[in-house]
Amino acid sequence: MIYEGKKRIWSDYQKEIPDDHWFFARSCIRQNFNPGAENTMLDIVRNKLGKDFYETKYHTTCGGIAYHSDVIPQETAMTIIARHFALMTEAGYKNMVVSCVTSFGLYSEILETWKEFPELKAKIQQNLWDACRKEFDTPEYLAHSSDIMYKYRYPMSEQAKYPLTNVHTGKPIRVVEHIGCHYAKMFPSKGVGGAEYPYVLSGLAEAFGGEIVDYPERRHCCGFGFRQYLVKANRGYSLSNTYKKFESMEPYKPDVIITNCPGCNYFLDRWQYVLSETNGKVYGENGYGIPVLSSEELAALVMGYDPWTIGLQMHQVAVEPLLDKMGIKYDPAKKYEGANGKQLPKPQAPTLLKCY
Amino acid sequence: MIDFGYGLTPSSAIDLDKMDRTHFEILIRREPDVLKCMACGSCAASCTAGVYTTMNLRKGILLLSRGQEKSALEQFRSCMLCGKCQLVCPRGINTRNLILSILKTYSIQ
Repeated sequence: MIYEGKKRIWSDYQKEIPDDHWFFARSCIRQNFNPGAENTMLDIVRNKLGKDFYETKYHTTCGGIAYHSDVIPQETAMTIIARHFALMTEAGYKNMVVSCVTSFGLYSEILETWKEFPELKAKIQQNLWDACRKEFDTPEYLAHSSDIMYKYRYPMSEQAKYPLTNVHTGKPIRVVEHIGCHYAKMFPSKGVGGAEYPYVLSGLAEAFGGEIVDYPERRHCCGFGFRQYLVKANRGYSLSNTYKKFESMEPYKPDVIITNCPGCNYFLDRWQYVLSETNGKVYGENGYGIPVLSSEELAALVMGYDPWTIGLQMHQVAVEPLLDKMGIKYDPAKKYEGANGKQLPKPQAPTLLKCY
Repeated sequence: MIDFGYGLTPSSAIDLDKMDRTHFEILIRREPDVLKCMACGSCAASCTAGVYTTMNLRKGILLLSRGQEKSALEQFRSCMLCGKCQLVCPRGINTRNLILSILKTYSIQ
C-alpha cells in the first residue's frame, strides 16, 4: 500500500460530523446478534464522553432487510423511515445516527431519491399522515455509528486502558478492518475516506495504536448479500464470499477483524464455524478463529470494559486470544454467567473450532 | 464434517500466476489470426453444431487463452468444419483452419 497516496484520497472524503445532540436509531438485527454493542456505545458516548444521545422505544426496524430481499417495495420502506424522521422531529433533534450499515445506506438512498423526486417525498408525507397522523423534517445530518466512533476516537484513546499493543511482543495488534458495502459503496461522499479506501475504521484502530492489515480482498463483500443468505439454495455463494476473504487475509496473520456493519460482523464470525465444519480449516492461531468485533466493542475493550459485560460471549469465535494479547484481565468462569449471577449452560463445542 | 445443505461454490477466478499458456503460445505461432478474435460471438450464433452440442468457438478461444484447456477442448470434437463461422467472422479469421490448428496443437483426434 502506498500510504501517502491513500492519505490524499482519504483527505478528499472527510465529513464534518457534528459534535453533539444525536437521535440514535438502533439496528434490528444487531440487537439480536450482538446485543451488547449498542448499549456499550451509548454508555461510552453518554457516560464517558458526556454527549447527548436520545433514543425512543417507539423506533422500529427500517425495513432494509425486507426491502433488499424484495419482500416490500421502496415506498413502504420510505414510509417506515419517514416515521423515524417524525420521531426525531417530535423529540426536537436534527442529527440522526443509525447503528446499522443497511439502514444507513437505505436512509441515504431515500434522502437522495427525495432530492431528485420531490413529488415522491410529497406522496410519502401523505402516506405517513394517512397511516399515523405524523409529520416530519428530514435530518440535517445523517451519520452511521462508526462515524461517531471515528469522530470521538481521540477523546476515547485518551481514556484508553488497554491500547492495541501485543503485550507479549510489544508490537501493535494487527487489525483487519471490514467496511459494510452499504456504508460508502452506494454514496462514496457519505463515508469517511470514500468507497475505495474508507478510513473510518482504519482511523479508529490507528488512534488506539493498532496496525492495519492491507490484503488483496480487503474491499470484498462479507458475503451476506441478503438473498444470497436468505435463500438456502444461494447460501453457498454467501459462504464462498467469506471463504475468499479469509483465504486472502490468512497469510497476513491478523489478530482481530473489526467491522462497522451488523451483517458483516455476524457472517465473518459465524461462517468461521461453518467453514471449520465443512472445510476442515480454522484461520486463527492454535485452533481458534480470528475474533470479529464491532468498532464499539473494540473501543470498549480498549477503554477497559469487562468483555463479558459488553456481551463478547455472544460471538461464535472466542475472543480470549485477543484479550490475552492485549493484556486484558478477565474471569473465564464469568463468560457464561447470566445478568442475575446464575450460571448459564455452556454452548456445545464445535468439532474443530476452539471456542473456550 | 456437518452437511448444512449448502457448501462452497467453486471459484471461477483465473490465477494469472498459475495459468499455463504453453500450448496457446504454440497455437499463436501456428495461427496468428487467433489474436484477431474480439469475442463478438458471430461464430457461435451461426454454428449449426452449436444448436445441438456445446460447440462455441468464441468461448473455446477465450478458455484456451486463459489456459483452461480441459473445459475448452471437448467441444471441438463436435465441429463439422462446415465453415459458416468463417462466412460471418467480421475480423476475417480463417476459422476452419484455426480449428484444425487447435486440434493439431492440442493433439485432439
